[in-house]
Order: sequence, then C-alpha cells, then structure tokens
Amino acid sequence: MSEIKGIYALWYRETKVFLRERSRVISSIINPLLWLLIIGGGLGSAVSFSGVNFQTFIYPGILIQTALFSSVFFGVYIVWDKKIDFMKEVLVAPMRRTSVFVGKILGGSTDTLLQILILFVIGFVLMAGGIMPGLQLTPFSILVSLAFLLMATMGLVSVGLIIGSQMESPEGFQLIMSFLVFPLFFLSGALFPITNLPGWLAPFIFFNPMTYAVDGIRGVMLGVSKFSLLFDFALICLFALVMILIGTYAFKKMKL
Amino acid sequence: MVHFMYILETKNLTKKFEKMTAVDNLNLQIKEGEIFGLLGPNGAGKTTTLLMLVTLKPPTTGTATINGFDIVKQPDKVRKSIGIVFQDPSSDEILTGYENLKLHGWLYDMPDELREDRIREVLTLVDLTDRMNDRVKKYSGGMRRRLELARGLMHHPKVLFLDEPTLGLDPQSREHIWTYIENLAKEKNMTIIITTHYMDEADKLCDRLAIIDHGKIVVLGSPEQLKKDVGGDIIRLKAQTLDLDALKKLPYVKEISPCDGEVCLTVEDANIHLQEILKVVGKIDSVEIRSPTLDDVFLHYTGRAIREDTPEGSWAEKAMTASAKK
Repeated sequence: MSEIKGIYALWYRETKVFLRERSRVISSIINPLLWLLIIGGGLGSAVSFSGVNFQTFIYPGILIQTALFSSVFFGVYIVWDKKIDFMKEVLVAPMRRTSVFVGKILGGSTDTLLQILILFVIGFVLMAGGIMPGLQLTPFSILVSLAFLLMATMGLVSVGLIIGSQMESPEGFQLIMSFLVFPLFFLSGALFPITNLPGWLAPFIFFNPMTYAVDGIRGVMLGVSKFSLLFDFALICLFALVMILIGTYAFKKMKL
Repeated sequence: MVHFMYILETKNLTKKFEKMTAVDNLNLQIKEGEIFGLLGPNGAGKTTTLLMLVTLKPPTTGTATINGFDIVKQPDKVRKSIGIVFQDPSSDEILTGYENLKLHGWLYDMPDELREDRIREVLTLVDLTDRMNDRVKKYSGGMRRRLELARGLMHHPKVLFLDEPTLGLDPQSREHIWTYIENLAKEKNMTIIITTHYMDEADKLCDRLAIIDHGKIVVLGSPEQLKKDVGGDIIRLKAQTLDLDALKKLPYVKEISPCDGEVCLTVEDANIHLQEILKVVGKIDSVEIRSPTLDDVFLHYTGRAIREDTPEGSWAEKAMTASAKK
C-alpha cells in the first residue's frame, strides 16, 4: 500500500506542474497547428498520398510527433530534478526506486495524453471545417489510437528517463534533439508513405518503433496501412515493455 | 528489547573515488538528543559522509547504524528513521509550500489526518502558516530553507540531518534558522546532525562537533573543550620584525604561527604575560588579544585556516565529486 501513495504523490506533482506551466500547454497546441496548417497546407498544395490530402495524411504522424517530443523531454528533464536536490528528496523517502520510476512514467504519460486530447479536438475542428476530409475520428479509431499513443508514450518517457538518469547536466539537450528525437520523427513515415522506400532508407524506417505506431493509427484513422493492426500494436507494446524494463534498471543504478 | 547506546554509530565508514579518498575510516558515536556538528573546509568529506548516512551513496567499505538499523543492509528502515534538509533547494518552486509538504506526507505514507495535523504543526514552528498557499517561487531564500526544514521534520524523524543549513543566507535568516534548530532539539529531543563550514554556526549550535579534514576526524569534542585545548588565548602581533627566538624561550608561549601575514601566539593567561611579551619582541605596530575560536582550533590542529567566505563552497565540493565520478 505504501508504494501507491508515493506513486500518486509523484503523479500529482508532475500533473500539477504541467497544468501550471501555461507556456508548455500553449506550445503543445501551437506546434502541431503550425505543422498541420503550414507544412501540411504548403506541401499539400502539391502532393497527396493514398487518396487523402497531405494534411489528413500527416495528422497521425503529428500525433506521434507530439508524443515523441513531449515524452522524451519529460524524461530527460529529471536532469533538472537532479540538479536541484528535488530528486534526492524523493529518493531518500522510504519507497522503492521502481515505484519512483512508475510514478514518473504515469506523470509523463498524463502530460502527453493531455496534449494528445487537445490535438484530437484540433483534429475534429479541422475535419468539420473541411480542411482534413477523409479523416475518420470515430470512437473506435480514437480509442485504438489512444492505446497506441499510450504505449508509445510510456516507452518514450522511459527512453527519456534512461538518458536523463545517466546525464549530469542539461547541456546534452541539443544532442538528444538532433540524434534521437528528430531522426525518430523523420524516420517514422510520419510525413511520407513507407510503401516504396529507397533501399538504403527502408532498414532505418523499419527499425524505428515509431513507424508501427504511425502505421497503426493511420490504419484506423485513414484506412491506409502497410502492416496489420495487431502486428503494429504488438511491436509498439514490445517497445514499451523493453524500454520500461531497461528504464527500471537504469533508475536502480542511477548515481547522484 | 534491545537497547542501543548510540542513535548513530559509524564503523570505519569509507568512501573512495577513483583518485581520492573522500571519507577515510570514519568512526563516530552520537547520542540521542545531541546536536552534533561535522565541521570542516569545503571538500573535507562532510557532504559525502552525509549522503552515505542517508543511504543515497553506498560506502566503499565500512558501515553505520542509525536507530539500530544498518545503512547498507536495511536502507528502507534507515530512511524511515531519518529526515534531511539538503544543501541545494529541494522543494518544487511551481508548487505551493503546502503542496510540497503534502507531497512529502504521501511519500512517507502518512495517514491523511496525521499528515494534515503535522503540516499545521511544522508550519507554525517555522512561521510559514500565512504563506502556505503561495508558490515556493515567491519565497525568499530563508523562507524556502525554513519550508524544507519543516518538511524534514514532518514525519518526526529520530535523526535529522542538515547539510549546510544556512549556506548563502543573510545574517538575519541565519539567526532565525538557528533558533528553530535549537528549539527542536530541546522540545522534541531530536538528534540533529549538522554539516557546516561556518565556525560561528558550529560554535553556537553544537553540543559536540568533529572537525574533519581530508575525510578524517582531526579532533572531536564540545566547542568549549576544543577551544580550551588550544591551550590559552590568542595574541596577534603586527610588526616589521619580531624577535621570534626570544618569544620561543618564554615558557607560557605555547605556539607561534603565521596568520594572514601577521603572527599569532597561543599564550596561557595572556592578560598577565602581555607586558613581558611586548618587552621581548621589540617594536610592534599593533597587538590584539582574544579568546580562541573554533577557527584557531582548526588552525591549531591542521596548520591551516578555514575560509569562511567562500560562497561557491558547495560548488567546489560538487565539482570535486563530479570529476571523481569520471
């Protein structure tokens, strides 16, 4: 029992902090809007894939982008907790490190899913406004997408926490952006179809777990996918599981 | 029923980093209800000792018991017995003072009613009740420290650790914090362990203290005893030239040492012998007599002075441990 309260405490803190930091909430709305309206609108005037316009096509990709950016950076931000002594205050409490890790994952997932919900609302508005015709936002597609996003998010928060637990100062943030977050995004098929890839690019794309999340969500929202829904979901679950396991281990070994 | 003689006891507690020994076979025995000080210059191993005692860093060899529990084998039970106020800020700025305390209550699995009672109790103790719903961001440094002190007390720990409790605070806030610490020890019979590099702080608060240098105990005792052991009063002389040989011949001059370009003498009953001393040393520019301070104790045992005025102190210590980690 004792662990549950501790986990709740950590979740409470992350959620409160997220809701109070208005700049984060606002940027989580503006950023995807820029992508959908400017990149989507600009490129969309020239290209379209799979029988839907470009904006509609990249919408599932933008959902994953939001999950990716928000989750990884949430995890990496424990560097700040370590820099001030907040992390020590938590670790010196009589609770297991595994519970601390679980609390962090739940907090990070809540933050990310709140942003995703805002994106769903934006999706609805753009769909109703005729900007993204062909998008199928049904209870079923939303539910399945949420399941995909939740798994991806938990895996990605773990990735962030793994990196953050090994870092000593926030100076490496830019590197993580360049070498992890952007590649994962661009190599996920978020912005283009993955059916006719050049030979050198294909391995990167199919090695990237995000590819399967994008493919699965695109399957239920647009009816276009390369793999079966179950295959996509199995792979993203596997990704989450492995990362959570590595993350738990990294957290136990974390030095202060 | 097992009776523990000491609430805290370290047994050859040692922490080695790659190139240096931060804490070297430390043996300490601390009684219940004591305010005990670990005094030393930056990098002496105080914070490392503390982090080992609160189970955040494993010792290389040796161990310690707190409240009868072994810090290596029973870290969970040790954590339930202790509270700590860290050197760097450890509260969340975006949360209110009250929320930070509530969080702490949850982390320590306190029943709801008890938690709310204790929050009220500790907020009153540190005079923050009327600011409890403000975000910590709006607190001054002293208020934030008091909040963290309150938080460390909330679960009524047997032993409370304070790592440089007044580092970087203005004189008025320091006095405040000292009063709270003294009251706590008196009212709650709590054992308090303080690390500090401020001589005056150690002198004012501690029942006993250990002066630590290079990870070892240089000397241990009550502040009064330690000052007495220096062996007399301090006479400080400023002069162009001094007849040191003549001084050395005087039986009551215990020690002659350079201090800040001047010369400090340790002299028994300085008031009586001053005239004689002034007669033999020759022409001097100025003279000062005072009772010994802990600074003189440190100087007496290590031949160096502790610099009190290093604001980047904690940083230096961190940099050392950081480079030792690599």
